[in-house]
Amino acid sequence: MNAQLIATQVLNGLQLGILLFLMSAGLTLVFGIMNFVNLAHGSLYMIGAYLAAAMFNGFDSFALALALAVPATILVGLAVDRIVLAGLYTRDHLDQVLATFGLILIFNELVRFAWGSAPVYINVPPALAGTVELFGFPYPAYRFAIIAVGLAAGLLLYLVINRTRAGMLIRAGAADAEMVGALGVNIRLLNALIFGLGAGLAGLAGVMAGPILSVQPGMGEPVLVLTLVVIVTGGIGSIRGAFYGALIVGLIDTLGRAFLPAVLDALANKALAQAAGPAIASMLIYLLMALVLALRPHGLFPVRVA
Amino acid sequence: MTDILYASGLVKRYGALVVTDGLDLTLRSGELHAVIGPNGAGKTTLIHQLAGEIAPDAGAIVLKGRDITRAPVHRRALAGLGRSYQITSVFREFSVLENVMLAVQARQGHSFRFWRPAGRDAGLAKPAREALERVRLGHAAQRRTGTLAHGEMRQLEIAMALAMRPEVLLLDEPMAGMSRQESAGLVELLAELKGLYSIVLVEHDMDAVFALADRITVLSYGRAIACGTPAAIRCDEAVRTAYLGEGND
Amino acid sequence: MSASARPSVGRAPSLGEDVAQRQEGRSVSASARPSVGRAPSLGEDVAQRQEGRSVSASARPSGFAKLAPSLDTPATAGSGRRAALRRALPAAAVFLALCLVPAVAYWIGQPFWLGLVARIMILGLAAAGLNLVLGYGGMVSLGHAMYLGIGAYSVGILSAHGVEAGAAHLAVALAIGGAVAVAVGFVCLKTSGMAFIMITLAFAQMFYFLAVSLKQYGGDDGLTIAMHSRIPGLDLENPYQFYLLVLGVLAVVCGLSHRLVHSRFGMVLRGSRQNPRRMLALGFPTFRYRLAAYVLSAQIVVVAGFLLANLARFASPSYMSWTLSGDLVLMCVLGGMGTLLGPIVGAAAFVLLEEFLSGMPLDLPPAVADLVRTHWLGFFGAFVVAVVLFARRGLYGALTAGGKADD
Repeated sequence: MNAQLIATQVLNGLQLGILLFLMSAGLTLVFGIMNFVNLAHGSLYMIGAYLAAAMFNGFDSFALALALAVPATILVGLAVDRIVLAGLYTRDHLDQVLATFGLILIFNELVRFAWGSAPVYINVPPALAGTVELFGFPYPAYRFAIIAVGLAAGLLLYLVINRTRAGMLIRAGAADAEMVGALGVNIRLLNALIFGLGAGLAGLAGVMAGPILSVQPGMGEPVLVLTLVVIVTGGIGSIRGAFYGALIVGLIDTLGRAFLPAVLDALANKALAQAAGPAIASMLIYLLMALVLALRPHGLFPVRVA
Repeated sequence: MTDILYASGLVKRYGALVVTDGLDLTLRSGELHAVIGPNGAGKTTLIHQLAGEIAPDAGAIVLKGRDITRAPVHRRALAGLGRSYQITSVFREFSVLENVMLAVQARQGHSFRFWRPAGRDAGLAKPAREALERVRLGHAAQRRTGTLAHGEMRQLEIAMALAMRPEVLLLDEPMAGMSRQESAGLVELLAELKGLYSIVLVEHDMDAVFALADRITVLSYGRAIACGTPAAIRCDEAVRTAYLGEGND
Repeated sequence: MSASARPSVGRAPSLGEDVAQRQEGRSVSASARPSVGRAPSLGEDVAQRQEGRSVSASARPSGFAKLAPSLDTPATAGSGRRAALRRALPAAAVFLALCLVPAVAYWIGQPFWLGLVARIMILGLAAAGLNLVLGYGGMVSLGHAMYLGIGAYSVGILSAHGVEAGAAHLAVALAIGGAVAVAVGFVCLKTSGMAFIMITLAFAQMFYFLAVSLKQYGGDDGLTIAMHSRIPGLDLENPYQFYLLVLGVLAVVCGLSHRLVHSRFGMVLRGSRQNPRRMLALGFPTFRYRLAAYVLSAQIVVVAGFLLANLARFASPSYMSWTLSGDLVLMCVLGGMGTLLGPIVGAAAFVLLEEFLSGMPLDLPPAVADLVRTHWLGFFGAFVVAVVLFARRGLYGALTAGGKADD
C-alpha cells in the first residue's frame, strides 16, 4: 500500500461520487418537489449511454455525441413524463413504484431490441486517452475529466438554483410544494422543468460513464440503487445532501472495496479477510445508510422544516 | 378550582415568522374555555402544540401537574387529552362502531391479541355504543364511515374523543362546515358535556362560543390579548381593535 | 394517570361510571350511584347528574336526531351467517381448485403442472406474507424478497454442511429471519412514505450483495441443494407429497392471517394504514405494532423461501433481488391488496402470464411470436403499466368487492 494507490482510489471514489451526484441531484428534486417515486431514472442514464454510443460510433466524435445525447435524453424523459407519468403524480407511491418499475422493463427490452444483449463499447475519446499529473503521479485523464465536468455541472446547478428565478421556484417547491401551487405558479411547467433537468443530468452521467463502464441492458439498476442510497442518506429534496451524500457514498464504496480486505488482513487474519472482506465491503454503504438513518431519520441535510 | 391544563410562554417560529408569541392559557377543571381570534392568530397552531403534533420552541405545557411539553402525541392521549380535528380525521373504511371501538381499545390496551375477532369483543363494543349514543349516532353504528354526512362525521369525531375517557377535550373548530341545524345540535351536545369534561374550544361560530363558554381567550398575532367571561370580552377594547382594526367603530 | 382511569381488575368501568368517578367533587345524590351489579348507561348517568337542569336529556329532541336519515345502509351487503358464507365462497373455490390440481395432473399424466402450481402457491404464500404489511398495513416494502433468500439459503448452507433435517433448516431460517426483520424493520419504520420504500429496497440490495459475495456457497451462480429437507413422515422428493405440504402450509397461513386481520392487533394495523395520525391521537404507540406486523410478514416469506429451496433445489442471490420484491408487490396489486386470497390469485396471474409470454406457443405470425417471446419482459412491463393506470383494484379484489375494502 503506497501513497499513489491510496490517492488513485480516493480520486476514483470522487469520480464515482460525482457520477452519483449527477444522478441524485435530479432525482432528489423529483422525489422532494414532485413527491414522485421515479424508479425509471436509471433507465434515463442507460438511454443517455446508448444514445452516446450510437452517435459516437456513427459520427466518431465524442464531443458531438455528448452535445446531442444529453438533449435527446431530455426529450425522451419529457416524452415519457407526458405520456405515462403525468397521470400518476396524484396517485399514491405504490402506483408510481409499479408503473416506473414496468417502465424499467420496457426500456431494457427496447434497448435490447435496438442494440442486442451484448455490451456495447465506447472508446475513450483520443484527446482524453492519456494521463494527467496530479500531486506528482499519473491519473487517467478521462476520469479526471469526469470529475471536472461533474463539478462544473454542479456549479452550474448551484448557480441556477440560487441565482435565477426558476431556481427560486425550485427551492420554494422543495420547501413547500403545495404552497407554490397555491401561489399560482404554473405547476406543470415547474414539474416539466424539474423532470427535464433530472433527465438531462442522468443522461450526462450516462454519456460520461459509457467509456469506462460497459453499456448494456440493465446497467441503470445498480446505479439506481446507489442513487437511492445517496438520496436517503443526504435527505430527500436536498441538493446539498445529494452532493455530500454522493461524495461520501462514492468514497466509502471505492475505498472500502479497495482496502477493507487489506485492513482486515492486517487487523485479524487472512482467512477472515478473504471470507468476510469482500462481503462487508459491498455492504458498507448500506450499513452507512442504516447508521445515518438510525441517528437522523430524515437524512443528513433534511429540507422540510417542521 | 384547579387548573387542569395550562400553557405558559409558548413560542413557535417558522423561520422569521412568529406564529405563537409568548402565549399563556389556563384551563380550569370542568370549564369550557373558548379560544377565538381573527384568521392567522395562531389558534390551530396552539391546538397542535397542546396536542403534541408540533413542538414549541419555548414555553411549557402542563397537564394535571405533569409537564407534557416534550411528551409524544400518544402519551398525551393516554394521559387524558382527547381531541377532535378541524378537518375530519376518522377511519373511513371502518364502520362507525369500529371507529369508536378503536378509541376504546387504545385506552384498554391489550392490542397484541392476534386470535379473537375484535368485532365480537363486548368489552369494546359496549363502551363504544355508549359513546355513540351519547352523540346521538347510535343508529349509524354499522354504516361505513365514508358514507356519513359531514355533520355526522363531526359527531363521530366527538364520540371517538369521548371513548378515550379524556379529562381534557381539545376541540378544533368542531362546527366547521356544518349547517345551522347541525351546529345547533352540536351546541346542545357540548352544553351537555360541559362540566363533565374540561374543554378547550377553538371556534369561529360566535353564537356558539358566547352561548357555551365559561371563559374566552382572544388571540391576536400569536398572543392572548384578552381573557375573561363572555360578557367582559364583548366590551373589551383590545378585542374590538383586533377584529375590526384601528380607527373603526 | 389517575387511579380512576385504569380499568378495574376484571371489569372495565362503563363510560357512565367513569364520568361519575371523575365528578366526585360535584354533589351527586345517592341514587345516582350505580347499584351493585348493574352499571348505569351513560345516558342514565348524565340524566341523573342533570337533576338541576329543567329538561332531562332524553326528553329533549336533539338537533341531531331530527337530521338522522332513516336509511341505514349496512357496511356490507348484509351481516350474519349467510353473508359470511357468501364472502367465503370465492376463497373456498380457490382452495378447492388447488386441491384438485394433483388429481388432474395425475390423470392427464403431466406432472409439470404440479411443479408450476406449487411454484404459484409458494410465491402466493410470499405475496400473502407481504400483503400483511402492504395491503393491510400500508407499508410499501420493496425488500421483502430478502426473506425469501434467507429461507432458501438456510436450507442451502445447512445442506452443504450435511445438516438435512427440515426442522433444523426451518428453525435456523426463522431465527435469522426474525433477527434481521427486527433490525431492518426498526430502522425502516422510523421513516415513512417514499423514504421507507427506498430504504427497504436498499436493504434488499445489501443482502443480495452479501449472498453474491458468499463465494464458498456459489456466489453469483447460486447454490445447488443436494437433498431435500428431511421431514419425518414426508418424502419431499415425491412431487405429490411436496405439493400437499405447500398447500397445507398455505391454507394454515391464510387461516391464521384471517384471524389476525380481524383481531385487535389487526384493527390497529389496518387503522394505522388508514389514518396514522389519528391512531397516535387515540393513544396507540403505533411503532411497536407496525414492527410486529413487519416481523410476522417477514417470517411468512421466510417459510416460503424454505419451500422454494425445496422446490427448486437451488438457492440463488436473485431470490433477494429488489426486482423480485417488486414482483411480489405486483402480485399483491394484481390480485387485490385488500383481500387475503388476492395475492395468491395475483401470483397465479403473474406466473401464468410469464409462462404464456415467454414459452407457450402463440397463435400469431411467427415473426411477431418470436418478438414477443424474446422480449416478453418488455410486454410484461407494458402490462404492468396498463394495470396500474387502468385496473387498480386487482382481479380478486374486483370479484369480491362488496363495499368493504378490508376483507
